[in-house]
Amino acid sequence: MEKWHLMTIVVLIGLTVRWTVSLNSYSGAGKPPMFGDYEAQRHWQEITFNLPVKQWYFNSSDNNLQYWGLDYPPLTAYHSLLCAYVAKFINPDWIELHSSRGYESQAHKLFMRTTVFIADLLIYIPAVVLYCCCLKEISTKKKIANALCILLYPGLILIDYGHFQNIYNSVSLGFALWGVLGVSCDWDLLGSLAFCLAINYKQMELYHSLPFFCFLLGKCFKKGLKGKGFVLLIKLACTVVASFILCWLPFFTEREQTLQVLRRLFPVDRGLFEDKVANIWCSFSVFLKIKDILPHHIQIIISFCFTFLSLLPACIKLTLQPSPKGFRFTLVSCALSFFLFSFQVHEKSILLVSLPVCLVLSEIPFMSTWFLLVSTFSMLPLLLKDELLMPSVVTTMAFFIACAISFSIFEKTSEEELHLKSFSISLRKYLPCFKFLPRIIQYLFLISVITMVLLTLITVTLEPPQKLPDLFSVLICFVSCLNFLFFLVYFNIIIMWDFKNGRNQKKIN
Amino acid sequence: MAAPGVAAGGGNWFSALALGVTLLKCLLIPTYHSTDFEVHRNWLAITHSLPISQWYYEATSEWTLDYPPFFAWFEYALSHVAKYFDQEMLNIHNLNYSSSRTLLFQRFSVIFTDAVFVYAVHECCKCIDGKKAGKELTEKPKFILSVLLLWNFGLLIVDHIHFQYNGFLFGLMLLSIARLFQKRHMEGALLFAVLLHFKHIYLYVAPAYGIYLLRSYCFTANKPDGSIRWNSFSFIRLISLGLIVFLVSALSLGPFLALNQLPQVLSRLFPFKRGLCHAYWAPNFWALYNALDKVLSVIGLELKLLDPNKIPKASMTSGLVQQFQHTVLPSVTPLATLICTLMAILPSVFCLWFKPQGPRGFLRCLILCALSSFLFGWHVHEKAILLAVLPMSLLSVGKAGDASIFLILTTTGHYSLFPLLFTAPELPIKILLMLLFTIYSISSLKTLFRKEKTLFNWMETFYLLGLAPLEIFCEFVFPFTSWKLKYPFIPLLLTSVYCAVGITYAWFRLYVSVLTDPPVGKTKKQ
Repeated sequence: MEKWHLMTIVVLIGLTVRWTVSLNSYSGAGKPPMFGDYEAQRHWQEITFNLPVKQWYFNSSDNNLQYWGLDYPPLTAYHSLLCAYVAKFINPDWIELHSSRGYESQAHKLFMRTTVFIADLLIYIPAVVLYCCCLKEISTKKKIANALCILLYPGLILIDYGHFQNIYNSVSLGFALWGVLGVSCDWDLLGSLAFCLAINYKQMELYHSLPFFCFLLGKCFKKGLKGKGFVLLIKLACTVVASFILCWLPFFTEREQTLQVLRRLFPVDRGLFEDKVANIWCSFSVFLKIKDILPHHIQIIISFCFTFLSLLPACIKLTLQPSPKGFRFTLVSCALSFFLFSFQVHEKSILLVSLPVCLVLSEIPFMSTWFLLVSTFSMLPLLLKDELLMPSVVTTMAFFIACAISFSIFEKTSEEELHLKSFSISLRKYLPCFKFLPRIIQYLFLISVITMVLLTLITVTLEPPQKLPDLFSVLICFVSCLNFLFFLVYFNIIIMWDFKNGRNQKKIN
Repeated sequence: MAAPGVAAGGGNWFSALALGVTLLKCLLIPTYHSTDFEVHRNWLAITHSLPISQWYYEATSEWTLDYPPFFAWFEYALSHVAKYFDQEMLNIHNLNYSSSRTLLFQRFSVIFTDAVFVYAVHECCKCIDGKKAGKELTEKPKFILSVLLLWNFGLLIVDHIHFQYNGFLFGLMLLSIARLFQKRHMEGALLFAVLLHFKHIYLYVAPAYGIYLLRSYCFTANKPDGSIRWNSFSFIRLISLGLIVFLVSALSLGPFLALNQLPQVLSRLFPFKRGLCHAYWAPNFWALYNALDKVLSVIGLELKLLDPNKIPKASMTSGLVQQFQHTVLPSVTPLATLICTLMAILPSVFCLWFKPQGPRGFLRCLILCALSSFLFGWHVHEKAILLAVLPMSLLSVGKAGDASIFLILTTTGHYSLFPLLFTAPELPIKILLMLLFTIYSISSLKTLFRKEKTLFNWMETFYLLGLAPLEIFCEFVFPFTSWKLKYPFIPLLLTSVYCAVGITYAWFRLYVSVLTDPPVGKTKKQ
């Protein structure tokens, strides 16, 4: 690429922002007895280093699962083990069994931050750069601008480098991105391998699994199930099974081991949602406490049905007409459906939706920027708890400026550029005077941004009333949830209508 | 930095660049800050709680007020905002006080006063017409220049990590240069006079101002061959210039003259009792001199030419000792450095007088003054290299030769600032920012001058690439070797000697280009 130096500069900017954010406080800093996600990560290093593999997921006198027990798939555990070896080399106190609980020091913080930084540098950032270089139909400068915007996305930076997520998002999202990259470039086997690694790093990556499955299945169908398609299907199945077996090898020795890991990964006995999440169930409980009214298994069934129904149309569409572009949009809508409707969602899971939205940034810059702003806003209560107000505001502004300038988003709100052309044409058959859709969307954007700014200001400056201590965080979740519902509808409309239009155009040509 | 380039839109790229760097500065708030943070807090307290007559006598803290009166007034003005943040920081006896609100206030005061700098850069970009280049925005000299100035690595780490108020001071200097370029000489002179009373380090470049204004402003015309036309001298201009300088000085020093404190103020401003080199050797001529002395003494000891008992015990290289003696070479006195500095400045000033080349010639002379003082001055701080780096940015977008000198000077000068930040969390920041700035400056200037011959010869390339292994050795290898306890000063010594070579070389090349450049008449014909 002839502009390699600009790309280097973009990556350096991304890295600088990441490191400066990491100088701030982390979750649970100086808050015994449970501390926070930072301590969880450190604790896993302690557990994986000092205990044999067989005891990692089991409760024992050395491994109290109530205190940040390991509840992520094996790859996470292996990563912790790797970090633990480095920690042992630098300072054995950091991972001493039992006695290192709640260990905090400047040097240790530096070490933990560095582990995130290195993982990010090795997995996520190369994927972003390569993805942007592989984009078609846009100029080199746009590719670089796109990379800058993706790398500056504040949600991921703040959670990984500020809050210190108890699982490195950049690793799981980075593997998923490698998967997307591979699958869209027709290296299907490598793509599915990368995606299997992502799932085995963090089970939440299952949010993305259906589009992967549908897209690859659709590809096989396209090649003909009796010929090449069948071969591809077999190859894919072998790759997936082999990579899973490889990751789970130590746990396959006994049946009980495997079951215990699965029980740790999918804790169905926990509640419908945790803390304040900007999804349907949490927002709906403002009016009706479903959590307390309905029995547990009914909650599971309801959430499953809603999720399934909301992602069904997009997945069917993708299986029938597999295309890289449709794949990206389906990733967004599926992940969003999971986030809004599924069982036991964390507020941080919105990052799983944000990643595919970042991938469509160059296609629908206006809507993507809007979504990414809302997604960062929806995590505000969490960020405020970690005293990350300043970096949040600064990185959000930087991201907004970068997007606004590199895509001039405010000039790209016509029906064409919002990918709503064919939708409004079919709508006009029934409502001939329906010509103000872009205008409506612009106003909605304005209203949404103003609400977000006002709510942020109120939350930061005012004390909540004593009777309702969670008033502001509930409001934030509610507003974000409304936004997300709107986006779900929007993305489904695009998936359903826009590609039909694309095919029609080809026919005309 | 790259994003605004894609906008291809009108003038909003400048505000995007400025906003971007401002946001970066906000992110740097929680970084390490040096004792200068306490220095400025102490000055806030002094000016806020004491009458003027006490300002230059107060000595509760070791960080006494040693900047000229305008800066004291500046702190006085700031203190009236500071009291709304945290009253406690304004107490003189609250030594080393740094609550989170104090930190926030002090950091933001630097960020806000940087507005002057941003405005000055804006003005500079208007009046510098660099080489005409491609249509793409990122390849326009104005764009490159504004990135080089706004995102300057040295300014970022000295002001926003180490903590100082250089941003707005350099803003005043660049603004006065821009005014001279715009032929608004009186304004330029006024701004510089004011600047001098903010921070007297700018005396380094005062000769350039003086001679330029006298030669090109007070004499209104030249002979056709460019030499001076004596009868065109304008007394009115000279008197008005004199009046400006006099009034500004009266405003600044007048009150202290009235209080009969002028000697005390001056003794605070010029502390000649300090050593030849600052705690850490600035990469100048004396660093080379000291290193040579050290090498000679070691050789002398090996060859038994020196008597070990006669060698002074205080090792000058320990980096902490303020006074030291040389073993082989003659010791350096303040007077000697003064003479050396004057000798180094003289040719450039002569050049400005006899071969006037308009504002560009002035700018070159100014840079040479700054560099010569840096190289030969007494007790020079490593931060003073910015005095040459920032004006040099203006020159760099004009000619390929200047660009090449600029790149060598900036890269080595910036690298020599690395020891300022010695804490582990700031290590990635300084490396990342340095890479960011260096890669941008080299690649953009190479694109701008892609039609000319290459910017560096093999020797220069080799030298610049050598900085990388040097950094790796100093920060990553040396701390793990057994020498760390025995010779802790080695990284500092290597850094300053290595950088001194580059800076001296840049100075030399700039001097050669100034002395050999054809007069203005010829260049116009080309």
